[in-house]
Amino acid sequence: MNWDWTFAIHTVMPRLLSGIITTIEVTILAFLLAVLLGLPLMLLRVGKNRSISVIVGEIVEFLRSTPLLVQIFFLFYLLPEVGITLPPFATGVLAIGVYYAALCSEVFRAGFEAVPRGQWEACTALNLGRYRTMRDVIIPQMLPPIVPSLGNYLIVIFKETPLLSFVAVAEMMQAAKLIGAEFYRFSEAITLTGLLFLILSLICAALVRWVEFIVNRRIYR
Amino acid sequence: MNTVRISALVGAIAFLVGLAFATFSELKVFLPALLKGLVVTLQVAGLSFVLFLFCSLLAALGRTSANLALRFAAGIYVEIFRGTSLLVQLFWLFFVLPEFGVVLTPMTAAVLGMGLNFGAYGAEVVRGAILSVPRGQTEACIALNMPEWKRLFRIVLPQAFAIMVPGMTNLTIELVKATAMVSAVTLVDITSAAVKQNLIHYRTVEIFLITMLLYYCLCQVVRYGSKLLEVRVSRYRGALN
Repeated sequence: MNWDWTFAIHTVMPRLLSGIITTIEVTILAFLLAVLLGLPLMLLRVGKNRSISVIVGEIVEFLRSTPLLVQIFFLFYLLPEVGITLPPFATGVLAIGVYYAALCSEVFRAGFEAVPRGQWEACTALNLGRYRTMRDVIIPQMLPPIVPSLGNYLIVIFKETPLLSFVAVAEMMQAAKLIGAEFYRFSEAITLTGLLFLILSLICAALVRWVEFIVNRRIYR
Repeated sequence: MNTVRISALVGAIAFLVGLAFATFSELKVFLPALLKGLVVTLQVAGLSFVLFLFCSLLAALGRTSANLALRFAAGIYVEIFRGTSLLVQLFWLFFVLPEFGVVLTPMTAAVLGMGLNFGAYGAEVVRGAILSVPRGQTEACIALNMPEWKRLFRIVLPQAFAIMVPGMTNLTIELVKATAMVSAVTLVDITSAAVKQNLIHYRTVEIFLITMLLYYCLCQVVRYGSKLLEVRVSRYRGALN
């Protein structure tokens, strides 16, 4: 047993807390990117054009069947070679965002297919255009049922951010690794990282449940 | 449809590999390293899959048991391992446990971390499956004066098994993909072999595309296997149909 409280509180905690901010930034930006990119992916997937939908479907399948870590490395090494130099932070957000966009597009598709056929038929009967049908009728109805799944993805993204420590993004895990390398003491840094993750993901889960409750109450009132 | 897809896939991959061999002479240099990494990945995936099944079953039985202490212990296990990231857990097992006097080899740490982590997720799937076996089945066993273990292993679990196959398949695919992280505990799997080869040869596109294709194939094999399994276990569905 080798645990030093003063080291844990005075050296480890301040650094982890500055890492937490990066972790939360990555989580929120990547989640927004995933949702904003997932919706058009889903629309292409369910669109009328057969070949586009097959191609998008295969791309989604490929993204889902390869590890996120490999995709992060791929982007990290590929982008500079084709002349795009981004900071590791932006590359990380992009990689996580694209990967989860593929997963979110499947969630969106499930919601989309759960909208009753009658809604489409009513729109045709009312002579609404395709854009108005989607914006005013279909999308508002497909979003509430998928809020829980999207919320779960927020938590999953949060727990996947340590992967970015492989490409030296200064998030919490990277801070813990650096402390370990500098002082050659791993127990405090990594244990505290684990505890912080546990606490934050429990809070996150409670928040998601609360949002789910609010959304459901507004629909079924 | 699935068989067609698999065969098309295998054909496409064989074609791509052949094409790549013909085009890039560098492939001869880095492919052996990747294949060596593939062996490590397969070992980790296989061993942690066994541990994953074992942990999920045990934790699910704990969470559905009548004993309060068992239920509590299983609940704590599931919350802890689902609440923190796999990478943090792997690091903890490999770098922190030695300071408490337990030294693990990289392979043991990787298998233990992945098995325990996915076991916590699997426990929820198995628990859901056990709970969805109709209550009448248990009551009928009690009425027939069946001992508890027999009720569990001959009536409840076979029926739950048929329900849990799709959920466990998804987790197995996640597990195969998560093996990419074991380089954190100094194992040289496909991913870290790819990174190393990339630093030597700078053929980013070829190396990483081949790495991704290997993972893609592994996932498709798991998916295909589970389709076969699903057909075979559908006869256990008994009271569910």
